[in-house]
Amino acid sequence: MQQPLKTKVNDYAFKLANVNGTGSASANSLLMQAIFRMGIPVSGKNLFPSNIQGLPTWYEIRVNRDGHTSRTAEYDLMVAMNSETYARDIKEVRPGGWVLYDSTFPLDKALLRPDVTFLGVPYAQLCNEAFPEVRQRTLMKNICYVGTLAALMGIDMEVISGMLEEKFSRKPALRDSNRKAIEIGRRYALDHLPCPLPISLERMDATKDCILIDGNTATALGCLYAGATVAAWYPITPSTSVLDAFTSLCARYRTDDKTGERRYCILQAEDELAAIGMVIGASWMGARSFTSTAGPGISLMNELIGLAYYAEIPAVIVDVQRVGPSTGMPTRTQQGDILLCAYASHGDTKHIVLFPADPGECFHFAVQAFDLAERFQTPVFMLTDLDIGMNDWVVPRLEWDDAYRPDRGRVLSREDLEKMPKFHRYSPEDELAVAARTLPGVHSKGAFFTRGSGHNKLGGYTEIPDEYQEVMDRLLRKHRAARDHVPAPVIERREGAQIGVVTLGGCDRAVRESLGQLEEHGVRADYMRVRGFPFPAAVEAFLEEHELVFVVEQNRDAQLRSLLTLETGVPKDKLRSVLAYGGFPLQAKQVVDGVMAQLKTGVDA
Amino acid sequence: MSYIKKPVARHPSLQPNALGLTVRDYEGSMSTLCAGCGHDSITAAIVRALFELDVPPHRLAKLSGIGCSSKTPTYFVSGAHGFNSAHGRMPAIATGANAANRDLIYIGVSGDGDSLSIGLGQMVHAMRRNVRMLYVIENNGVYGLTKGQFSASSDVGSKSKRGEANTQPPIDPVMLALNIGATFVARSFSGDKAQLVPILKAALRHDGFALVDVISPCVTFNDHEGSTKSYLHTRKHQLPVVAADFVPHAQEITASYEAGTVKDVRMHDGSVVRLHKVAPDYDPTNRTAAWAYLEDHQRRGQIPTGLLYLDESGSEMHAAAKTTKRPLVDLRYEELCPGGAALRELQDEYR
Repeated sequence: MQQPLKTKVNDYAFKLANVNGTGSASANSLLMQAIFRMGIPVSGKNLFPSNIQGLPTWYEIRVNRDGHTSRTAEYDLMVAMNSETYARDIKEVRPGGWVLYDSTFPLDKALLRPDVTFLGVPYAQLCNEAFPEVRQRTLMKNICYVGTLAALMGIDMEVISGMLEEKFSRKPALRDSNRKAIEIGRRYALDHLPCPLPISLERMDATKDCILIDGNTATALGCLYAGATVAAWYPITPSTSVLDAFTSLCARYRTDDKTGERRYCILQAEDELAAIGMVIGASWMGARSFTSTAGPGISLMNELIGLAYYAEIPAVIVDVQRVGPSTGMPTRTQQGDILLCAYASHGDTKHIVLFPADPGECFHFAVQAFDLAERFQTPVFMLTDLDIGMNDWVVPRLEWDDAYRPDRGRVLSREDLEKMPKFHRYSPEDELAVAARTLPGVHSKGAFFTRGSGHNKLGGYTEIPDEYQEVMDRLLRKHRAARDHVPAPVIERREGAQIGVVTLGGCDRAVRESLGQLEEHGVRADYMRVRGFPFPAAVEAFLEEHELVFVVEQNRDAQLRSLLTLETGVPKDKLRSVLAYGGFPLQAKQVVDGVMAQLKTGVDA
Repeated sequence: MSYIKKPVARHPSLQPNALGLTVRDYEGSMSTLCAGCGHDSITAAIVRALFELDVPPHRLAKLSGIGCSSKTPTYFVSGAHGFNSAHGRMPAIATGANAANRDLIYIGVSGDGDSLSIGLGQMVHAMRRNVRMLYVIENNGVYGLTKGQFSASSDVGSKSKRGEANTQPPIDPVMLALNIGATFVARSFSGDKAQLVPILKAALRHDGFALVDVISPCVTFNDHEGSTKSYLHTRKHQLPVVAADFVPHAQEITASYEAGTVKDVRMHDGSVVRLHKVAPDYDPTNRTAAWAYLEDHQRRGQIPTGLLYLDESGSEMHAAAKTTKRPLVDLRYEELCPGGAALRELQDEYR
């Protein structure tokens, strides 16, 4: 029996099950973008395999008029385009939902479910009739379902045609075949299927001041606007598109119109050991320089990160986190590098780490990362993740203040050096425990020997305990001083809150959504999102203020919670963990379930 | 190498160069290497080459990795910035530095452990990228700072101080460089300053990566009988095949030579490197022939030295990358940031 589903306007989710390498990515992003242009808050999560062609891949789209666009696994509709995964895909649809499938081939009776409606469209047959080439038939099958969904859900066809015009302005043949495929899918739906379904879309006005952008592109834009001139990297999923975007942005904005000369230098290194070395070399010379990588790259960079820390050379390191350990799951998301980055390299080291929550913050934090790196003369990490980095997010338009000028920190000019009796690299220190540095090529008086070996406050080699410790102690003071300069935590209080919920990075949207749901369960929570390490004083104050604090993060070992207990005086047992680390973006439901389960146990105990 | 710190007094006979600096101005702090170490002779040759080329000290950047060789940048040109980095990682750091500031002169000093084992990958990639720098390998066939292990340049049969014979084939940086496509490849001997100084000068003027492999005996761990990197062995088997003269571009070439014995190569800055063929059948501008000649003579236990291969027509890193002629560190922020209006316009594409 079919369960009637109540009408849901602008509040549902659907999933598309595809085979990778068949052009489904363009079809799916076309759908998401069309919904965005209709002014409706939307998210698209690409759950893809580490493979180029032939394996199952999924895309999830969620629309929510209130802006709750974190991942949900409650699917009202499944577009089942991969017979290999029919069984699990059909199982995932919620009772009363729909399955759209290719009815060219009969569906195994065993797959049928009485509580969902099966909508068959003979895509293969329709495309075989309409398109002569084999490859085209495969690709157009996917575009075809865009038309069907447009009819079923009420996606504005004008919006879709406009997008095709823009996308294929230079390829009219492609535009025409796409248009044709969409029309075939739409026509069939209007003639044979119950259009529109009770899940439908209505135009809104919620995205007009927003853009649709992935975090890696936003990060690259931040690096461009920060004035970074040297980038060194080694290709690695999921961070590769940071450098892809930086390369095309530089080609566009930093190439001399007349001579073709480039005001940037991008080095594709032989490995991550070299990539970070190049960044350190360029920063030593005085350029703003960065690298972008993922966990395995950070593991390799550990050696030279310690050098940059100890020799006090700025460096910006973007870590688009993926699932570890080891190779792990390269196309899945996680927050597993928090501790690795906070304390990267051997010996006593501590770093500045920034945790953006979405592409908007990726842009602004990237700029800030360079300022912090130069102000504090030290490596700065920006930790994003695959979900933020590679998925398109709806975020407010990025704003830029033209009055911004880079904070180069304490760098002595030729004139400064002329006036000085003598220059010493590591003293005197300022109120942030930072000493002035000099750049090569400026003046002989500024010359010194940069070294990763033991050195004293004058910059000379040392093996004397007191001299060594004096420098190490200043480095610790410097790290502490940075806590007032990293982004402050975002704190939102609710009246009568019984607990605190703390999170970081890409968990933000799911956790915020969960707070409303917790309230429906009678649990009111104050919210804090940590945005930088070393932790600003407000972080510890928030923890102290609450009897019980749930720390939500996407890793097995509760790394943020560990860092909070290591770096604040808060007793460990008042911090409880809610962890999700399977590799898919966090859902509000996971947070609610995790909190409620522990509160119940707490009551019972 | 000195045990006694040299007095700073300037001897009246010290001739100044075009910058008014004497050779003492190109020296660094006192060496802490063992007395008689080949590396100190190389340091002296570097000092001489930089002095003679009138290099302003602050326009030099000297880099190294880890090991005895990597200590040496401290011992020359105190007025230049130095970077004693991590083991085997100097090539990447030099590459990044050069990317940021193409106008400085770069010297990287490394050893056979630093370059041929832990840093082999980085060294060949710096060659491949053709980063403009002088890259000196102070090659003694042994790990000195860790007291005498064989290095990757130890010859088969060469004996350690304790009498064990090495069984693994050596990695020869010269042959490797020819193979990778390096455009300046030289080998010399720390005990042959007359050969080494002109090679270093030519290397400093080369428009690309210049590899200078210098056999530099380790007096403490690898100068005994049975070692193929000892002073005695090197002196006995050295086979100078090409001698280089460096002629600054302002200077007229007057001497005349027997036809076929001399080859002039014009460097990018207009100076000339005059290659004298000591071995008449050796052609330092023909990569294939050079490789075959070296292979043949090295198999016979000889150590061919000189400026072994030179090609001034290659594209160094920035030429290949089309980087602006001005060093990136000199660009004003306004030349780098597209500004708020451009960002607003760009974002229309993210709709």
